Formats: sequence, structure tokens, C-alpha cells
Amino acid sequence: MSDPVLLINVILLMIAVGAAIAAMWTRDLLGAVMLMGIYSLLLAVEWANLFAMDVSYTEAAVGAGAATILLLTALTRTGTREKAGPNFHPTALLTVIVTGAMLIYGTADMPRFGDPQAPATVNVAPEYIAQNVGKVDAGEDGPENDFGDHVPNAVTAVLASYRGYDTMFETAVIFTAGVCVILILRPLSPSARRETAQSQEGA
Amino acid sequence: MTSTDVSFELITALLILGGAVLALIRAVKGPTTYDRVLAVNVFGTKTVIILALLGYIGNRSGFLDIAVLYALVNFLGTVALLRFVESRRFFQ
Repeated sequence: MSDPVLLINVILLMIAVGAAIAAMWTRDLLGAVMLMGIYSLLLAVEWANLFAMDVSYTEAAVGAGAATILLLTALTRTGTREKAGPNFHPTALLTVIVTGAMLIYGTADMPRFGDPQAPATVNVAPEYIAQNVGKVDAGEDGPENDFGDHVPNAVTAVLASYRGYDTMFETAVIFTAGVCVILILRPLSPSARRETAQSQEGA
Repeated sequence: MTSTDVSFELITALLILGGAVLALIRAVKGPTTYDRVLAVNVFGTKTVIILALLGYIGNRSGFLDIAVLYALVNFLGTVALLRFVESRRFFQ
């Protein structure tokens, strides 16, 4: 264990597993929300350590920030105690084991990490790197630019030219989800607020 | 990198991670909500320090920017938690 980074990674992941188990185990839903926030922060550090900075930013902003606020807003409608019930669900455990086994079986067909003959690197990636993508012919009367009518960055070219529709409909999906969340969590009318308070006292 | 440097970094990492484990235990056990809020806040600070330490060990200065961002996100989460604890609702 002479590598401090490896040791830090191992301990961080162990703490993350501990936080996840504690979040499932606790009956106090407010505490569970906080433990999920801790879990998200730990995963964000791991992503940063794997040089996945965009994923790390997203995990910290969405996982620890937005998801915490969203779950707390949900708690304003549900109350903060989980109903007493059985702790062990055989059907759920079976589903998780079967799904996990299928996923692990599926990894057997994947190419080795960094394999130069992997399908992802031999089909279209050379074209992307050769900057053939995103080349928009502006024509004789088109505007002059410094980049020879193509996007200067390969990643930008792929995102703008090939994934434009993908991103547009992702935006539509996120907009729909946002509208649904606002509809569900909107401020209640006074009569509905009284009903919610009564059902929380009864639970 | 000499062996003294490595042991110094190891000790620092172990101390910080030990503090993180203690904060997690307080978040799980914490008899009152305020113990838990404090534990989450401490944990966010630990995350910032761990990122700065990882950046120092791996000589990646970009980690400091991420650490600052996490400090901001952590503040947002704590404020949201405390507002919920205070009033039990967000929309007045």
C-alpha cells in the first residue's frame, strides 16, 4: 500500500458503500436524504479521480444539490417516517440478482479496455478525428471563416452535427419531466393542505 | 518522490478519511436532526479537502477548481436542508 491514491480510493468507496447501506437501513427519511447526499459527494470525488470531470460536476450538482432539494420537497408531502413493514423482500432480491447476473454476463462480449480493434474505434472514429464531420459547405457566397468551413474541435463537431437531434429531444424530455415535477409539487390550495396535514398525523 | 513524502501523504489521507468515517457515523446515529445536518456539512468539507489532497498528490492543479465548486454545492444543500427542517415546506 505505498500508493496513497489507491488507498484513498479504496477507503472512499468503502465509506460510500457504508453510506448507501445506512440510507437503505434507516427509517428516518430525512436522515436517508442526507446520507444519499454524502453518497453522491463520495461518488463525485471518485469520478474526479477517474478524470471524468463532466460526470463529477454533474454528480455533485445534481446528486448532492438538486436531488437533495427534490427529495426534501417530496418529503413535504409524505412525512419523514417510513411505514413499518418487512425488511426483506425475496422478489426484489431475486430481481436484482438476475438483472445483475445478466449485466455481468453481457460484459463477456465487450472488447478489452483500450483494444484498438474495438468496434467503437474502427468504424466512424477515424472520420471524426480526420475532421470530415461537421463540415458545412457554405458555398461560393457563404460567409468567410477561419476554420475552412468546419468546426475546429472534433468533440464540438460530433455534438453539433451528429447529436443535434439527440440533444434537442433530450431537452424535450427534461422539459416534460420538469413540468410533471412542478405539477406534482406545486403549492397546495388551503383545503388540500389541511388534508395532507391530517393524513400525515394519521400515518 | 522520496519515501518520507509518501508516508506524510499517507498519514494526512488516513487522518482526513478517519474524520470522514466519524462524520458518517454521526450522520447515521445522530439522535437529533441537527447532528445529521452538521455531519453532512462536515462531510462536504472533508470532500473538498480530499479533492485538494488528491490534486496535491497527483500534481493536478485543476482539482482545486472542482474543490471550490463542491464547497458551493455543499452550501446549497445545507441551506435547503435547514429550510426544510425549519418550516417543513418550501413553498409558502
